[in-house]
Amino acid sequence: MAHTTVTAPSSQALRTSLKGKRWWRELGWRYVVIAFAIIYAIFPIVYIFSASLSTSGTLTGSNHLFATVTGANYAALGDTKFWTWAVNTLFIGTATAIGTVLMGAAAAYAFSRFRFTGRRVGLTSLLVIQMFPQLLAFVAVFLLLLSLGNAVPVLGLNSRIALIMVYLGGALGVNTFLMYGFFNTIPKELDEAAKIDGATHGQIYWTIVLRLVAPVLAVVGLLSFIGSFSDFLLAKLVLQSESNWTLAVGLYAWVSDQLSANWGLFAAGAVISAIPVIALFIFLQKYIVSGLTAGSIK
Amino acid sequence: MSSPKPPKVESHQNSDDPADVLVPAEPVRKRPYRESHARNYSAGFFAKLALLAIIDALGVYVVMAAWGQDNALIAWSMVALLLVTNYVYFSKRALPMKYLLPGLAFLLIYQIFTIGYTGYIAFTNYGDGHNSNKEQAIEALLIQNEKRVEGSSGYKLSVVEQDGTLGFAIVDDGVVLVGTAETPLEESAGAVIEGGRVVSVPDFTVLGINDIVTLQKEVSNLRVPFSEDPEAGSIRTQDASNGYVYHSILEYDSEADTMTNVQTGVVYQPNDVGQFESPDGDVLPVGWRVVVGFDNFKTAFGDSRYSEPFVKVLVWTIVFSVLSVITTFALGLFLAVVLNDERVKGRRILRSVMILPYAFPAFMSFLLWRGMLNTDYGFINTILLGGADIPWLSDPNLAKLAVLGVQLWVGFPYMFLICTGALQSIPGDVIEAAKIDGAGVARIWKSVTMPLLLIAVAPLLISSFAFNFNNFNIIEMLTGGGPRFVDASVPVGHTDILITMVYAISGLDGGAAKNYGLASALSIVIFIIVATISVIGFRRTRSLEEII
Repeated sequence: MAHTTVTAPSSQALRTSLKGKRWWRELGWRYVVIAFAIIYAIFPIVYIFSASLSTSGTLTGSNHLFATVTGANYAALGDTKFWTWAVNTLFIGTATAIGTVLMGAAAAYAFSRFRFTGRRVGLTSLLVIQMFPQLLAFVAVFLLLLSLGNAVPVLGLNSRIALIMVYLGGALGVNTFLMYGFFNTIPKELDEAAKIDGATHGQIYWTIVLRLVAPVLAVVGLLSFIGSFSDFLLAKLVLQSESNWTLAVGLYAWVSDQLSANWGLFAAGAVISAIPVIALFIFLQKYIVSGLTAGSIK
Repeated sequence: MSSPKPPKVESHQNSDDPADVLVPAEPVRKRPYRESHARNYSAGFFAKLALLAIIDALGVYVVMAAWGQDNALIAWSMVALLLVTNYVYFSKRALPMKYLLPGLAFLLIYQIFTIGYTGYIAFTNYGDGHNSNKEQAIEALLIQNEKRVEGSSGYKLSVVEQDGTLGFAIVDDGVVLVGTAETPLEESAGAVIEGGRVVSVPDFTVLGINDIVTLQKEVSNLRVPFSEDPEAGSIRTQDASNGYVYHSILEYDSEADTMTNVQTGVVYQPNDVGQFESPDGDVLPVGWRVVVGFDNFKTAFGDSRYSEPFVKVLVWTIVFSVLSVITTFALGLFLAVVLNDERVKGRRILRSVMILPYAFPAFMSFLLWRGMLNTDYGFINTILLGGADIPWLSDPNLAKLAVLGVQLWVGFPYMFLICTGALQSIPGDVIEAAKIDGAGVARIWKSVTMPLLLIAVAPLLISSFAFNFNNFNIIEMLTGGGPRFVDASVPVGHTDILITMVYAISGLDGGAAKNYGLASALSIVIFIIVATISVIGFRRTRSLEEII
C-alpha cells in the first residue's frame, strides 16, 4: 500500500513530494492507523453478514467467515413473524416521524416567528422537560395506557396506535430546539414581504418557511424514525402480543431465548433491517452531521 | 438556503378579496390586516373544518367510552382538550397556539402527565398486593376467601358457553338460572329441562362431557355470582354436574370499616399501609394503594436489601457513563485528527466506512456483540483468541469491560463525526498565526486547537453523558444486567445501571413482584442526578443562555 502512494505525486495543492522517512512521519502512519480503524469498524458487520449466509444457522457454525454461502436463513425468515415485525416497525416509525416533523416544525415556527406572552417560559420549560427522558416514566406510561385501554382499547396496551401516541409525546422537546435554531436562520424579511403581499400566516408557513427548512425536516424525521426503530423498553411494555411486536422486541426475543439456535435467523433479519437504515444514513450523512451539531450547540 | 425562493403566494387564494391587495399601500394602518382562516372561506378553511370535525368526533367517542367505564378523569380531560382545541382553531386571537397545540397536547398527556404521575406513584405503595383502590380490594378479598357452605344442598348444573365465555346453568326449584363470571345468575325463560338438568338455553351452547374435559381447569375455577354484591356468594363446581353455594368467610362491615372472619371471629382493622390487619398483626393478602410518604425513598437508601445494590449500581452507572464518554471521545478525536489531513487520499469514502458502526442500528449491534462474546461458541473466543475460554459476559469485571468495549465500538463514530466537524470549523488563520508566532505542533494543539474544539463539543459531551446514564438498551440487550449479585434479594446484577435496575424492580419484566412505587421513586432519583449534572454542565458552557 505504502509504495504506490510514495511514487505517485501526493497532492497537487501542496506540490510537495514526500519521500521515505518524512512521508512516514507525516502521512504514512495515518494510513496504518486508518487501516486498523477500518478493520475494527467493519469486522463485526462482515461477521454478521457472513453469519446470515452460513448453512448451519447456529452460533458455532457461523464462526468461519464465508465458509458456506446460502440464502437458507433469509428464506427461513418467511416462516417466522419477521416480516410482520418489519411492517409494524415501518408503520410505527413512519407515523411517528411524520407526526414529529409536523408538530415540531409548527411549534418551532411559533416560537421563532411570534412574540407572545409565555414564549420565554415555554422555551425554558421545554428545555427542562426534555431533560426528563420519557424512558424514565415507563411505569407511569404503562399505567396510563392500562387505564386508557379500559375506556378506549385502541389507546391502551397492545396497540400500535397507542405506542405512536406515546412517542409523539416526545415530539416537542429536543426536536423543537433543533428546528428553532434552524428557523431563526431564515430571514424574517421573507415572511414580512409575503405578509405585505397579503399572505396569511398559514400560507407563509406551508408554502414559504417549510420549504426553506426542508433539510432540517429531513434530519428530524430521520432521527425520529431511528429513535422509534431502536426503542426497546416502551415497545416491549406496550406491544404485548407477538404479532404486534417491532423488530427490536422480536429480534431481542430471538437472541435472548435460544441464542445459538436462532443465530442464523437473527443475522439474516439484522442484515435486512440494517440495510435501509445504513443506506439512508450514508445518503443523508451531511445533513445528519449538521443536524447533530447545530441542534445541540445552538 | 443559498437561493431562497421569492416569497410568492399563490394569488388565486386571495383573489376574491381585493381589499387585501390594497392594504400595504395604506400608510395609516401600521399593521397589515391579518386574514385568518376563521374569516376566509377558502379551501384551507374547509380542510380545517373537516379535520376538526374528525377530531371532535373521535374526542366525543373517547369521552363517552370513558364515561361508560366510570373513568371521570379521562372523560373530563378529554372534554377540556376538545374545548381548548375548538376555541384555538375557531378564534382569531390564539394565533401562536394554533401552531403549538398539537404538540403541546401530546406533550401534556404523554410526557408532563406521566412525569407528574411518576412523582405521585413514588409516594404510594402501588404494586403487587396494593394494586387497586380500597373498594376493589374489599371485593377481591371477599371473592378470594369464599368457602363452600357446609351442608348446603347442591344444584344440578350444566356448563354453558357463549362466544368463548363459560357460564353455568342451574335448576333451582324448576326455574333455570344462567350466568357467567361477569353476569350474575338470572332466570332464563326459554331453557329446556330434561331429567332434572338443563339441556338447552337460548343464546348459549350447552357443553357436552367431551368439551368439559378439555376445559376442566377453567370450569373448576369458574365462579358465577348470585348478584353484583360479592357478599351474596356464588356457585362453583368441582365435577361440572353439581353446583354448590360458596360464601365468603370474610364479612365487611362498611360502617365500622372492618373485616371480620366469621369462622374465627377475628376482626381486621385497616392500617396505614393499605391492608386489613388483625390485633395479632396478621394481614389479609389483598391491600389497596395508599400514599406512604417518603417510605419508598427510605427503602431505597435505608433498607439494606435495596440500598446496597443501589449504591453499587449508582457507582457503576456513573463509571460507565463517564468512561464511555471519555473512551469514545478519545478514539473519535484521535481518528478525526488522523484523517484531518488534506493529503490523505479518499477521505470521503474512508469516513463513510468509519461511521458504519454508528449507522448500523444500535440495538442490533448489542445483540450481535452478545453473540460474538459468547463464552463457548462466540467469534471473539473461538476465532480471534484461538479457542480461549474467557467468560466475557458472566464474570463481573469482564462483563463491565465488555459493556465499555461494545459501547466504544458503537459510540466512537459519533465522536469522530462531531470532532471532524469541529476541527474543520477551526479557522486556518488562527493556526497560521500561532505558527508564525513560533508555536510548535504540541503548543498549537494545547493552546489553540484543543480549547476551540472543546468549546464546540462540550455540550455534546454532556448530552452524551446524559444519554449513556440512561442507556437502557446496551445493558438489557448485551448482559441483561448480569451476572446477578449473589447476595442481593432483588433481581439486580453487576452491570445493571439505574434505569435497568428500575425496570427490574418495577417487575414489569416479570422477573420479580411488581413494585411500581419504589420503581418510580428511583426514577425520580435518576432524574435529579441527570438534571443536576446537565444543568451544571450547560451553565458552564453557557449554552442555556444562547438558546433563548
